[in-house]
Amino acid sequence: MWLNRDIVSIGDLNKEEILQVIEKANSFIPYAKTGHPDSPLKGKIVATLFYEPSTRTRLSFEAAAKRMGAEVLGFGSIESTSVVKGETLMDTIRIIDGYSDAIVIRHPSEGAARLASEYSEVPIINAGDGAGQHPTQTLLDIFTIWKELGKVDDITIGFVGDLKYGRTVHSLSKALSHFNVNLHFISPETLKIPKHIRKEIEKKVPVREHLDLEEVIEKLDVLYVTRIQKERFPDPEEYKKVAGTYILKPSTVARGKKSMIIMHPLPRVDEIPVEIDNLPQAKYFKQASYGVPVRMALLDLILRGE
Amino acid sequence: MADDKLLKIEKIQKGTVIDHIPVGRALKVLKILNIDDDIGLTVSIAMHVKSKKLGLKDVIKIEERILDSSELNKIALVAEGATISIVEDYNVIKKFSVKTPDIITGILKCSNPKCITNSGEHVKSSFLLVSKEPLVLKCHYCEREMETEDIIENIQ
Ligand SMILES: [Zn+2]
Repeated sequence: MWLNRDIVSIGDLNKEEILQVIEKANSFIPYAKTGHPDSPLKGKIVATLFYEPSTRTRLSFEAAAKRMGAEVLGFGSIESTSVVKGETLMDTIRIIDGYSDAIVIRHPSEGAARLASEYSEVPIINAGDGAGQHPTQTLLDIFTIWKELGKVDDITIGFVGDLKYGRTVHSLSKALSHFNVNLHFISPETLKIPKHIRKEIEKKVPVREHLDLEEVIEKLDVLYVTRIQKERFPDPEEYKKVAGTYILKPSTVARGKKSMIIMHPLPRVDEIPVEIDNLPQAKYFKQASYGVPVRMALLDLILRGE
Repeated sequence: MADDKLLKIEKIQKGTVIDHIPVGRALKVLKILNIDDDIGLTVSIAMHVKSKKLGLKDVIKIEERILDSSELNKIALVAEGATISIVEDYNVIKKFSVKTPDIITGILKCSNPKCITNSGEHVKSSFLLVSKEPLVLKCHYCEREMETEDIIENIQ
């Protein structure tokens, strides 16, 4: 079922498959820093095509491939390569397809990875398509919850910040709706979760919306914080006011459960002040580090089928 | 009575009659069917026609041309429930209602400007039917959902 499979959208995976990735990722944690002793992907070539730069994601994929014994080729930005300039995506994919075993693609256009998957024989992994899908981010987010709390079912998750444009929140909340969870969305009025996403999620799990984190902090097992971007506000004064009220305060964290974990897709600006970093609840750097074992697991599944 | 009167203006020897189009949508239907000034056929359009069923409706007659059902199903995007009559020798030989297809390929532009289908790649747009009432289509590529107003605006 996994061999040569495209991973374009988190919606392509069901609950059981998500759990398979998680379990495999967990077994790879010891090798994420030292490399897998058997080099199971020796002789395989993973191409990383980054049409827009995202150094963090690219390095995480390349580290994952190398830790599994695979070779890596590709480019980190469109400016750095003359090969693909002016060429259509489908033509480039048809060519790269000939000398790689899997293609990891990041592209500014939404749906680019889906299109690539239609022109490629080898499996495509979507590493982010504009404001669209970024399934490995969602997988590593779920892995973090599972690893840090020991389960994904029977928990309450609060998302705070920009819930309108934040694609990580959309994908993660959709994926979490496969599980037995309670979801709380905390945002300013202008950045509420889009109606169509709320509608889809609340068919499966209970959903509540709030303006103020203080209202729900005591209930949360996971606090997922996202950045509020300046560009979303035509009026800079309005931005300052709104962003200011959504900066996480240590006193708020103190009111929450001791076992609560704080996550963030990074990079952060000032929505999580540095003094929170040292609290035991702060898991966002750990979350980022889980990207490697999760991507190792995914590469292993689609390249070896087990 | 109204229907009888309509029949009189409607009688054609051979062609396709599209009846029970929601009022105001006739021009959209023509657009979907790629019927424009140089089609070389006689096309009659009646708008704001009294109807027992709909109150008001639009009606289109296309002489000479027999549209196939897959072509006609596209018009369900703007006129779900419209009735199609295929006429030969002044007789209706086939009559049916249009139905929105489950996959719509090529006749709509994705409303998302950042969608890969709007970026110069040679790719046909493709949409999946999410819901009929209200009409919601989802882009196969960017996964953006479009509703009725958006859909009508983006018919190519
Ligand atoms: Zn689209």
